[in-house]
Amino acid sequence: MSEMKNIKNLKEFSTSADRFEGANLLCPGCAHSIIVREVLNATNDDLILSASTGCLEVCTAVYPYTSWDASWIHIGFENGSTAVAGAESMYKALKKKGRLKQPDRNPKFVSFAGDGASYDIGFQWISGCMERGHNIMHVVLDNEVYANTGGQRSSSTPIGSSATTSPAGRVSYGEKKNKKDMISIMAAHGIPYAAQVAPNKWKDMVKKIQHGFSVDGPVFINAISPCTTEWKFDPKDTMHITDLSTDSLVFPLYEIIDGRELNITYRPKNVIPVEEYLAAQGRFKHLFKDEYKYLIKEWQERVDSNWAYLQRREESRV
Amino acid sequence: MAFDKMELRDIEVWDGNFAAAQAMRQCQIDVVAAYPITPSTPIVEGYAQFLADGYVEGEFVMVESEHAAMSGCIGAAAAGGRVATATSSQGFALMVETLYQASGMRLPIVLNVVNRALAAPLNVNGDHSDMYLGRDSGWIQLDAYCPQDAYDLNFIAFKVSEDHEVRLPCMVHQDGFMTSHTAQGVHTLDDDTAYGFVGDYKPMNDMLDFEHPVTHGVQTEEDWHFEHKARQHNDLMTKVMPKIQAAFDGFEKLSGRKYNIVEKYDMDDADVCVVCMGTSVETAREVATEMRKEGIKAGVVGIRVIRPFPFFQIAEALKDVKAIATLDRSSPNGAPGMLFNEIAGSLYNTPNRALLSGYVYGLGGRDLTKAHLVSLFKELQVNVDAGKVTTQLQQFIGVRGPKLAYL
Repeated sequence: MSEMKNIKNLKEFSTSADRFEGANLLCPGCAHSIIVREVLNATNDDLILSASTGCLEVCTAVYPYTSWDASWIHIGFENGSTAVAGAESMYKALKKKGRLKQPDRNPKFVSFAGDGASYDIGFQWISGCMERGHNIMHVVLDNEVYANTGGQRSSSTPIGSSATTSPAGRVSYGEKKNKKDMISIMAAHGIPYAAQVAPNKWKDMVKKIQHGFSVDGPVFINAISPCTTEWKFDPKDTMHITDLSTDSLVFPLYEIIDGRELNITYRPKNVIPVEEYLAAQGRFKHLFKDEYKYLIKEWQERVDSNWAYLQRREESRV
Repeated sequence: MAFDKMELRDIEVWDGNFAAAQAMRQCQIDVVAAYPITPSTPIVEGYAQFLADGYVEGEFVMVESEHAAMSGCIGAAAAGGRVATATSSQGFALMVETLYQASGMRLPIVLNVVNRALAAPLNVNGDHSDMYLGRDSGWIQLDAYCPQDAYDLNFIAFKVSEDHEVRLPCMVHQDGFMTSHTAQGVHTLDDDTAYGFVGDYKPMNDMLDFEHPVTHGVQTEEDWHFEHKARQHNDLMTKVMPKIQAAFDGFEKLSGRKYNIVEKYDMDDADVCVVCMGTSVETAREVATEMRKEGIKAGVVGIRVIRPFPFFQIAEALKDVKAIATLDRSSPNGAPGMLFNEIAGSLYNTPNRALLSGYVYGLGGRDLTKAHLVSLFKELQVNVDAGKVTTQLQQFIGVRGPKLAYL
């Protein structure tokens, strides 16, 4: 049987044994490490982990050091999901053949990757893993930009954000295209579980991760990961920005079971205007010029419309 | 164990693909992650059929690209078990990124490469472009000339690759269609003997040993990258050849079939010889024998181990010959050709620096005929008689239009 941690409060959570060490090179205020700890702390089971090339990878396994107290592999930018899928296949083979060294264990296979490595370059590999039904969990650390290489746009970068390859300028408001709806695409594979999580709602996250570990088959998790460097906010404000993202419904928290059943898992008591979320980040600063204020209005309309859509889907159970 | 053994006749009529698939079955691979591509597809189809019929117990993962195939193989090998796959041409090219990752991570994976041309223009037939593309990737590369070799060299590949002193992945090359789809008599090993030669997989730094977590595929910059690469090169240069020789020796005891790092044919008193790879070796041997009847003392040197390159074995094989032709079956695209360069390098500091000329042939599956080789051997004899290379150093054989010659 799987062994899930029984976590009652934040103190218990923050002091539980860690398999991801604080000794890493991530920026102060980076949400990646918070998310990774929340995922790993959701289980006491053994872990086989991968990271695709990106911030998490380059900051946590610089030879001769490692921040990981669990088996971990990095191959390339696009194939972290397939790396753990390969390991999971070997686990199944050796289990069948009776060659596991510790046959009583119940390992969990998790790949971590950024939005660039998931929405863009690793898209096909993840789709393949989801379609084939590997018993793995893919977690996107979604900071909506290629942060490791210095802030280039990805297909997760939202409209109006200034990225280094879609910069705001004298005649441009920055990124022109809307964020790719990755959760829907992944859910459409018919996988048992897909969910959107945020590190500020840690109980919601742990619950979803534990559910993900309990199902048989591939799991897709999209975690919002505010990036102090590229979103341009003070490192002390990471959780504040995350609160703004979930409470403005820019980043709604929900789950999709078996590709069909959508459940909203967090309903803010006081929904705050999207404008407040945008205003807190340097990457959207230019939107507050008079000529671009219409974009803020459009942002609000888009968020409202998406929230209405999610509620309709939840109500209709499709 | 929940799989059945297969009764084989002493000699089966197999093509190179099926021979490779049978060898993979007999090695009891734990994970095969694969993607189909002509002409290697029948290897993984054959393996899938063995699985469907209960002759294989491992996991067979049919992925969505060759890049994913090798990525899955890397994850599986790092987890700790026997891993193999097959590919050709464009698929091989798509894999290239992961080939370097597999070897750099020191993971023993066996890759059957059924050689095929590289586009553009698109072509499904056999040449050595993909094989040449892999030559700096840090893999061991063995070359089969016929279905029998394709079968036997798979056992050698697992044996050497998985040796804890080696731990480097290994390619087994065979020529697309000429070997892969040409059925010939193949002397078999019974399942127990074959598996006994390769032995049980012995894990090392396996991710699935939960008591000893490991980190694979770290970041190294200018501080450590060079040392890692140097060590890998060192092991290829110093450790691999003795292991291959030992595996060849052991295999000969078992099967009576003798393989050599460099395959010499009539080289003892040869004045002229060709150096080539793949199916061309057999054609060249036949022509060399005929040339002797015409008074030209011809020999053939076949490269069996492409990487690590048999520098000293080549120099030894060519120490008494007077004129050499290297046959490259891949467009050098602006250079003399891989074999030309490697052979020149092997001989440069030796007492015998025979007359050396290079030939480019057979691109996209164009036949190398006996007539081509007859005129080639005669050309070499002219060089011997003249005491110099009488042609340009690089010539194209069998291509339409005016003669192409360079250098």
